[in-house]
Amino acid sequence: METKSFYQELMDKGYSRRDFLKFCGMMGAMLGLQSSGVAQVVDALQSKPRKPVLWYHFQECTCCSESFLRSSHPLVGQILLEMISLDYSDTLMAASGEQAEEVRRQAMQENYGHYIMIVEGSVPLGNPGYCTIAGHDAKSIFEEGAAGAEAIIAWGNCASSGCIQHAYPNPTKAEPVHKIYSGKPVINVQGCPPIADVMAGVITYILTFDRLPELDNMGRPTVFYGRRIHDTCYRRPAYDAGLFVQSFDDENAKKGYCLYYMGCKGPNTFNSCAVIKWNNSISYPIQSGHGCIGCSEPNFWDYGPLYSHIPYVHGIGIEATADKIGAGLSAVALGGVLAHAIVTNIQKHKLIKNQMDDLSLNEKEFEETESHLASEKEKIDQEIKSEKKS
Amino acid sequence: MISKKAHLREVYVWQLPVRIFHWVNAFTITILCITGYIIGDPPAIMHGTAPEFNYWFGWVRLTHFIAAFIFILNFLVRIYWFFAGNTFSRWPNYIPLTKKQWKGIFETTKVDVLLLSPKPIYDIGHNSLAAFTYFGLFLIMIIQSVTGLAMFYVDSDSILAPFFSKLLIIMGGFYPVRNIHHILMWAFILFAIVHIYLVFYHDYIERNGIASSIIGGWKFIDERLVKESETEQKMKQRIILEKEKEKRLKKNKAYKETNNE
Repeated sequence: METKSFYQELMDKGYSRRDFLKFCGMMGAMLGLQSSGVAQVVDALQSKPRKPVLWYHFQECTCCSESFLRSSHPLVGQILLEMISLDYSDTLMAASGEQAEEVRRQAMQENYGHYIMIVEGSVPLGNPGYCTIAGHDAKSIFEEGAAGAEAIIAWGNCASSGCIQHAYPNPTKAEPVHKIYSGKPVINVQGCPPIADVMAGVITYILTFDRLPELDNMGRPTVFYGRRIHDTCYRRPAYDAGLFVQSFDDENAKKGYCLYYMGCKGPNTFNSCAVIKWNNSISYPIQSGHGCIGCSEPNFWDYGPLYSHIPYVHGIGIEATADKIGAGLSAVALGGVLAHAIVTNIQKHKLIKNQMDDLSLNEKEFEETESHLASEKEKIDQEIKSEKKS
Repeated sequence: MISKKAHLREVYVWQLPVRIFHWVNAFTITILCITGYIIGDPPAIMHGTAPEFNYWFGWVRLTHFIAAFIFILNFLVRIYWFFAGNTFSRWPNYIPLTKKQWKGIFETTKVDVLLLSPKPIYDIGHNSLAAFTYFGLFLIMIIQSVTGLAMFYVDSDSILAPFFSKLLIIMGGFYPVRNIHHILMWAFILFAIVHIYLVFYHDYIERNGIASSIIGGWKFIDERLVKESETEQKMKQRIILEKEKEKRLKKNKAYKETNNE
């Protein structure tokens, strides 16, 4: 059976060409293409056969799949699923058991070296039993799939940097995709979950230009992860004006001031939430009054607390914020200094009062003169004694 | 009251660049700590004006950045002076590589920290323990500069931006870098407390003009110590001269041999 192009598939499903062009225009705009680039997108989606994709789920919550399955107009989720030829996705496919595994094996054989492997979830290295699918452990399944893949897309924070499974103390020894397999290019589509439109954008880009998008140092597509939420946030003026929400029910919260004080991680987080927004561009966390938790940054669970901007310091028995420890240490230092001053006045009394006879420069000299003085004192004592006797 | 101390001599210890470095450093660190603390934990201000008419937090950040750049440039000059300065400001002072320095650290701990001896120890420049803590401080200053720049260049188009954003990732991303930068601020505060106290302490018991030396550069030093260090320096110079002489002789020999052939 010849694989249809994305456009043909859409036409079969009853979409209009207008819907298709709207989608292409949107993708072009998001990827930052000029108008001729949009034509390229249209062309690619019309003529090129759909990309075979194998979609793996390991240790995860499926929130990444949920994210785009639930996205609304222009049915990005559905379009995304139509755009690719999703050969295997153990969560979405109708087949199950032996049948499903057979499909996977067949798809891998047919498209060996050409399919895109999408990984959702981290791979546990601790014990194969932590994540087993159809009798095989996650690591061997992953390696088998990765060997024949053209590229790997790490979908979401789990696959990109481990997310909550990877957080301290990481009981399953969960590791992200790029730490396990280094042979293939990996695109980290970060976020917990990533924005649906970002997912669509990445796949459109690969399909249109037959290459991977430009990645930043963390393997994230620069188009979507090039700017901080803080720099694109509509509450930024309140930040610069020093107007902060002090608690979630105060007057400042009502006025929509900056959530920095409430632990918003926007200043530390690279994502396009504030630009593309969520749920058909209706809103994003900060707009709905809750700070960013930094879900597109690696290890964000470990850099808590979520509702304060001052770091916790681990490993001192109790969890205290850095500032409390700092202030405590300063108090101790001040106390120590005071005690030292008092002891100095006692111990160095002679020196301070100019009653020090000894003018030696180093310890050795000092000890010698001390012993010398002591012996002389003894001599004098003995002389006095002998005089008394006589 | 008149002291029984031996003859004292005036010694020019802290050269002008060192003194300038010290005061610029002290000033910028004070500003950086205050503005940095405000940025990390902004005070609660509840007022009615709209954000458009206000920019105080922006000014605080701007002050922090300007002070930071002065701090870094100042430190760069000091790094140059590690190699160009006099014996008291050169880099070997700060890294305890010789036996003498370790002995000095041990003795200073005994006499000035634990107060086990009623007599003081005298040094012309830094004492070995102080110099060693300054080494630690310089390291912290480097870490603060690097982490600070890495965060600063995140939203910039400067030519340095790619380098520092790469560095940010190498250091583990935004969170750890931010935490390190925040926690090390307290190192400066702790250092300042102890440092200022020790100036009072040494001025109180030793009376070498240690406090005024960082303004004028001169200290009063026991004549014997000065002579000791003078002979030491002469010895060092002689060793250097002799080495140069040997080199020259070798060169001459080699030159003659090639000519003869």
